Amino acid sequence: MIGSMRLPRRTRAGLSINALLVYVFLYAPIVLLVVFSFSDNRNVGQWGGFTLDWYQEFGDNESLQRALWVSVRVALWSTVISVVLGTLAALALERFSFRGKKVFDGLLYLPIIIPDVTMAVMMLLFFSQALDVADNLFGVGWTKGIETITISHIAFNISFVSVVVRARLAGMDDTLEEAALDLYATRWRTFRYVTLPQIAPGVAGGALLAVTLSLDDVVVTQFSSGPGATTLPVYVFGLIRRGVTPLINATSVIMLTASIVLVLLSLLAQRSSGTAFAGRGHTEPDRHDPLPISQKETS
Amino acid sequence: MTVLEDANDGAALRADAEALVATPEFERAAARAESRRGFLLALPAYAYLVLFFALPLVIVFVYSFATRNQFGGTDLSGWNVDAYRTLGDPIVRNILLRSLWLATLTTVICLVLGYPFAYYLATRTPTVRNLMLVFVMIPFWANFLVRNYAWRVLLGRDGLVSDATELVGLGPREFLFTNTAVMIGLVYGFLPFMILPLYASIERIDGALLEASRDLYASGWQTFLKVLLPLSRPGVVAGSILVFVPSLGAYVTPEILGGAKTTLLGSYIVTQFLTARNWPVGAALSFVLMAIMGAAMIVYFRNEGRNL
Amino acid sequence: MSIRNIQRPAAALCALVLVAAACGGDDDDGAAEGEPATCEVGETDGDLALYNWAEYIDEEELAAFGEEYGVQVTMDTYDSNEAMQPIISAGNSGYDLIVPSDYMVTILKSAGSVQPLNQDAIPNLANLLDEFTDLDYDPGNTVSVPYQWGTTGMAVNAAAIGPDFEPSWGLIFDPEQASQFSGQISLLNDPRETMGAALKYLGYSVNTTSEDELNEAKDLVATAREHLAAFDTDQADELLVNGETVIAHGYSGDMFVQFLEAESPDDYQYFVPKEGGVRWVDTIAIPFDAPHPCSAHTFINWLLTAEHGAALTNWNYYSTPNEAALDLLDEELVTFLTDPSLVVGGTESLEQLVDTGDFETNYSDAFIEAKG
Repeated sequence: MIGSMRLPRRTRAGLSINALLVYVFLYAPIVLLVVFSFSDNRNVGQWGGFTLDWYQEFGDNESLQRALWVSVRVALWSTVISVVLGTLAALALERFSFRGKKVFDGLLYLPIIIPDVTMAVMMLLFFSQALDVADNLFGVGWTKGIETITISHIAFNISFVSVVVRARLAGMDDTLEEAALDLYATRWRTFRYVTLPQIAPGVAGGALLAVTLSLDDVVVTQFSSGPGATTLPVYVFGLIRRGVTPLINATSVIMLTASIVLVLLSLLAQRSSGTAFAGRGHTEPDRHDPLPISQKETS
Repeated sequence: MTVLEDANDGAALRADAEALVATPEFERAAARAESRRGFLLALPAYAYLVLFFALPLVIVFVYSFATRNQFGGTDLSGWNVDAYRTLGDPIVRNILLRSLWLATLTTVICLVLGYPFAYYLATRTPTVRNLMLVFVMIPFWANFLVRNYAWRVLLGRDGLVSDATELVGLGPREFLFTNTAVMIGLVYGFLPFMILPLYASIERIDGALLEASRDLYASGWQTFLKVLLPLSRPGVVAGSILVFVPSLGAYVTPEILGGAKTTLLGSYIVTQFLTARNWPVGAALSFVLMAIMGAAMIVYFRNEGRNL
Repeated sequence: MSIRNIQRPAAALCALVLVAAACGGDDDDGAAEGEPATCEVGETDGDLALYNWAEYIDEEELAAFGEEYGVQVTMDTYDSNEAMQPIISAGNSGYDLIVPSDYMVTILKSAGSVQPLNQDAIPNLANLLDEFTDLDYDPGNTVSVPYQWGTTGMAVNAAAIGPDFEPSWGLIFDPEQASQFSGQISLLNDPRETMGAALKYLGYSVNTTSEDELNEAKDLVATAREHLAAFDTDQADELLVNGETVIAHGYSGDMFVQFLEAESPDDYQYFVPKEGGVRWVDTIAIPFDAPHPCSAHTFINWLLTAEHGAALTNWNYYSTPNEAALDLLDEELVTFLTDPSLVVGGTESLEQLVDTGDFETNYSDAFIEAKG
């Protein structure tokens, strides 16, 4: 737990300003997005007076809403599964050694370094052939759709989650876990009450990343998709061909608001249940305790 | 039994247990059990990736040795390495170098902007921290394309950036369709990928080490360079990979903000697959790219003494 | 570990099976084989899955069809022919109808990815204008039916560049002229269209397979690049109307939509330059493994009626190949779409894009080289 060290004034000011600037940078386009979603002008960039028409249009556009719903479902499922699989993988790689570990490690990096379009093409080929085989063997007339999109998303999300969790684990001291084991805790309890709280920021970060990647993916989704399974970014991609209008802004604002509400709700839920997001970091045994004796003597 | 007899029995039991545990067979069995546990933990992800990633990858790998037939389909009869020979093309070399340069620049800028931010983030109280983190991610829940188009408006002829430079006295500067615009767009798109792992890694560091360094009269700068930075290495590496690699393959941002005036690797590969319908070359290029990145990572990790 | 020992050979086996299947798939090359589906006029065999460009048909029209024939119609969208084609060709896409452009029809046909149409089930084919019944990419409309068509030309902000401009590609490719509007010109980000424009300016065919001619065009584009704001396909129209550009290479329908919605539509003009340009035709076709071919045929037939053909154009502002629909078009559209001065060089100067087989890669490589 890094805690907060007293830094010289200038450094502190510099850090704060940097943080502020980063936020300004991050939010400039978002502010623009929100503002122009209320603009009564087809052209985003030219203000045309306040209106709610675009939100109205969103309400009337069933395809858009369907696409949004598909995206949310895919994101939810792929995040949950990839967080579980990714965290397990990270634990296995950082805490254990086993045969085939190097191969696994390498395999885990491939989805990160593969170009989007290549993965899209290979999933297309794979699904088409696999569905053919399934049809011949079992007679099930499955087609590509939400399930295949989710499968593809999980395939790349596992790696991203594991990278983030591993970064967290790598710096971590495992003596606490050993201590727990020494004290006769089962492996499951050790994991649940010692390891998990400590890696929670990493897991949460990985989950956030997974949701983002899933909600934004276009090419892989396009090629893994099927009838009735158009996702929002794919739909928007196609809309842009016909013109970027504030309708797209309005849609994004709605999605954004929904995401924010969801996350804030879950944060509140965690706070009230007592387990802080960052785990039990601040209730850890005070590591400052065994200070050099000189400190204690001078005080 | 008397206490003394209890204690003696306890000692005998302990001696027996120690004798048991100290045997090499027991140690080996324990090691095997550990290894099995590790394998089982890894198994779900491993199996998933073998089936839904490695397998499809093999299919495309096979395609890289095929030939493009007359109408852009793939002729799998007859294997050759023609597709790989396109690497000798000067166009491809140019594109590769240009892309490497851009990706490196993006990574460095993200690091420079992201590190202080991640440190600041990690040193807030837990509540503030979480909130700040969420607020970092929120912009990225707005659609990627829409964000790019928003930058187009910001950087355009009558955009806010142009107004800002006018205010500052630099006259109306339009950045749209320049390399700077592409840079801005890429950094914007990948900054959180740098911040998240950095934050996760920095937060874990024992603050006492930093304090100790200061106590021992190291300057702030020295503490940073010799204590903080090395300790946050895993985060730096993870963040750099998560930024460098996708930047190398980026093509949407360069097209929207750069006006598609320079071709980068990502666009080139997409063009091969979709426009030229030359899947063998697209596949071959992808694998070469992945091989380069894989090799670079292996070298990097070996130097670090890590387990890849 | 025993589990892993099974896994490796099992994975290898699966790989072999799939690759073999993939190989097997490619043996079905050749023209669209097989007999047309046996369908009666107006017959339906289930819900319809349409794969179309975004905003190319009014969803209410789909609902109307659904009501009339008692089927559900769902539509998914794609943003380019090149993204749609591999999905269809790979099989098991689940779609009953697609909307490929002219040159893509040739490709789909040769890959066996579209099925032959049962023309008896589409009697409204008779509504087509004569010039659309026997086009190069699909003579006799054996696998496709024209959906909408348009031209690719130039749009200018006449208010900004002055009324006395020469309606020629030279505005973009002649350095003297282009330098006056440096940084305010856009070309399409499409190898065939942009190289085609350059080829037309040079007096060659857009379908040339001559290396020399292509190289000349390439040099022309490379020089023009200096004065370009961007290569942009999707936003060319918006950049023009936003004031970012004053000269834009673009598609007719896109431009019309923007002009009609702009504050002062009369500021803008669209035309096909005197050297000529491309006429493109989007078509509607049925994938080879469509689950509900009869419903698909019925839909095509329905779309070819005067009422629904006109509804299409009145909604997306592209030109209709449907003779019967011409009478039902909105008035302001009719002026826009049928104005002969739109094609400065006359209809003979228009060419269709044709797939050049192996030479296609030359076009995309030349384009990339020209872009730098």
